[in-house]
Amino acid sequence: MSQPQTFSDRVWDFFCSLKLAIVTLIILALTSIIGTVIEQNKPPQHYLQNYGMSESTYQLLDTLQFFDMYRSWWFLGLMGLFAVNLICCSIKRFPGIWKIVSQPRLVADDGLFRTFSNRDELLIAGSVESVRDKLTGLLGARFAAPTVTEQDGKIHLFAQKGKYARLGVYVTHASILIIFIGAMIGNVFGYKAYVNIVEGSSIDKVWPRAGQEPIDIGFEVRCDNFEVEFYEGGRPKLFSSDLVVLEGGQEVLKKTIIVNDPLTYKGLTFYQSSYGPAGDPTFRFRVTARDSGETVEVNARQGQRVALPGGGSFVVNRFAQNYDNFGPAVQMQTTGADGRQGNPFIVLQNFADFDVRRGGAYSFSLLESDQRYYTGLQVAKDPGVWVVWLGCFLMVFGSLTAFFWSHRRLWAVIEPLDKGVGVKIGGSAHRNQPAFTLFFDELKKDVHETLKS
Amino acid sequence: MTSSLFFNLTTGAYFVAMVVFILYIAAKSDQVGFAATVIGWLGFAANTVAIGLRWREAYAMGFQQAPLSNLYESVVFFAWSILLVYLLFDLKYKQRAVGAFVMPFAFAGMIWAQWGLDDTIAPLVPALQSNWLTYHVITCFIGYAAFAVACGVSIMYLIKVGKEEAAGNNPIGGVLGMFPSTKILDDINYKAIMVGFPMLTLGIITGAAWANYAWGTYWSWDPKETWSLIVWFIYAAFLHARFTRGWVGRRAAWLSIFGFAATIFCYLGVNLVLSGLHSYGGG
Repeated sequence: MSQPQTFSDRVWDFFCSLKLAIVTLIILALTSIIGTVIEQNKPPQHYLQNYGMSESTYQLLDTLQFFDMYRSWWFLGLMGLFAVNLICCSIKRFPGIWKIVSQPRLVADDGLFRTFSNRDELLIAGSVESVRDKLTGLLGARFAAPTVTEQDGKIHLFAQKGKYARLGVYVTHASILIIFIGAMIGNVFGYKAYVNIVEGSSIDKVWPRAGQEPIDIGFEVRCDNFEVEFYEGGRPKLFSSDLVVLEGGQEVLKKTIIVNDPLTYKGLTFYQSSYGPAGDPTFRFRVTARDSGETVEVNARQGQRVALPGGGSFVVNRFAQNYDNFGPAVQMQTTGADGRQGNPFIVLQNFADFDVRRGGAYSFSLLESDQRYYTGLQVAKDPGVWVVWLGCFLMVFGSLTAFFWSHRRLWAVIEPLDKGVGVKIGGSAHRNQPAFTLFFDELKKDVHETLKS
Repeated sequence: MTSSLFFNLTTGAYFVAMVVFILYIAAKSDQVGFAATVIGWLGFAANTVAIGLRWREAYAMGFQQAPLSNLYESVVFFAWSILLVYLLFDLKYKQRAVGAFVMPFAFAGMIWAQWGLDDTIAPLVPALQSNWLTYHVITCFIGYAAFAVACGVSIMYLIKVGKEEAAGNNPIGGVLGMFPSTKILDDINYKAIMVGFPMLTLGIITGAAWANYAWGTYWSWDPKETWSLIVWFIYAAFLHARFTRGWVGRRAAWLSIFGFAATIFCYLGVNLVLSGLHSYGGG
């Protein structure tokens, strides 16, 4: 007696179907590969040069938005289809499931009993009431307290466990939609930006990744100090910035941030991301003239020529924070009083007498070196992130519920018969039937013992 | 007693266990199957001790880090995870023939790690100095290991299903007679993915949480992230295929195999072929 399907019924069934879910998931999996093979969001020259593609191929792929595919209309469309499928499927199935949870069937007829693979029948001598009380007590002790219903001279018992396991799958589905909503909130109301702060200075604006105009953050952030440390062998060990938040010139928050430990203030989070030198390094040297033995201390800045007693001069060409694991070092050159330029040489800060052995007209000890740095910070504002975490929590909770928790139900009918009291019990689990069968077989034994005693 | 001695013992034990599992199928002797399982347990014990010793060796060098920091350490942990999941399933199902199709994954991992990978203990760069590293790696690899077990039984399923259909109700003799029935294989496949899928989900979530904590963005469509999502899509399709006529049986087994292939690409291919944020060991 199937009714002819209208067009709208067919559309509805299409959006509700499990097949659509499977096909959408597979298409999402396949298309997602594109953006991992083609680098995303690079300038046109990058693709033309590195991928050896012709102008026309580039145009085609650009039209298909393959260079920014995760934001393309077709990929977002697929995600949208996925979401619509989820919603429709849930709307279709949820009311039925909710009825099972909220209005359980308290009375099992013969038709329902025939569907159980776990069932048992016995004939007991005694009264209906005593069988009812014994069975009620047993189910309560071994499973769950049953609901007793009297109907047509029969007594019906119903007991269940884990009814909310039925909702696990809907929690999981809803969690995906919640994550989508969280992502949208972040996209609309949040932003990603970056800012460089030179040691000792402060900023009150950050530069968004998308867009040209800086954003006024409404407070100031100062960087007091930036540190970089290395392991022996040169791998970086630590990047840290001492940050201070200022409101109207007043310090309100101080924190040393490192990678994996950011600073958050008024919904904005500052992440340690990069660093670099800010301006030329400055130095303090002790210089000894070999002939006279005269010693002077001088200040110098990289690239700046400094006069020495006796008519000579020197200039620092380069500075390294950690030269070959020997610590801070400069590469420098002297010019004699006669104007002749010497060869470049290295002076190490940690080895004060090292330069004497060079045997030049002057020997240098590097007493102090100071390189000012800027710290590079990622700045993120994402008011949707907690919605995303809520969705993630529900997804794990929901899927564990759906997979590992089962709704188990037991029905019993007690009826007076000619030769005694007839008892039928049966039950089912919506998941993990083997475990339920083991339980039911044990229960059967107990029922026989209890009722026959 | 160094970790490398125990890693060598592990590799040897996994090789012997693999061979004895294959012998079991050929010899059809329960004692042989039991012996293979015992060797598997011994290998797993050696693997555990080796990882523990390596952990201690790193601390002795002054690096306070779990042994999950580079490609070598991740591969030996992957082998450990495969054994963990396999042995737990063996305790429940006692289907010894499955070992012949799962042990090769663990052995391949160990032999590649021992012969092809740099086992230097190196300190962590700042980006990896986080407790999230441990949670993220453990959840991901338990998930990957469960998918390896699912892939192994899916291969067995595809080998057996044609013969079983042809035989009708008659029992299948010969080597295939030692395989579990397709019904049990299908059940193990499903149960393994039921374990792996939530673990992968947790792995992706802990990765996202960590990325958000370190860089301020929980998802940036980096190739590693994208591939983990691809794997997630495939197994999500598998789980829904179970309830759809026309998608159970062979197609589900193929989905499980493709899923594991995608998993391996996500784990190794992305690092060795593509570029991105996950730079462990530099290959």
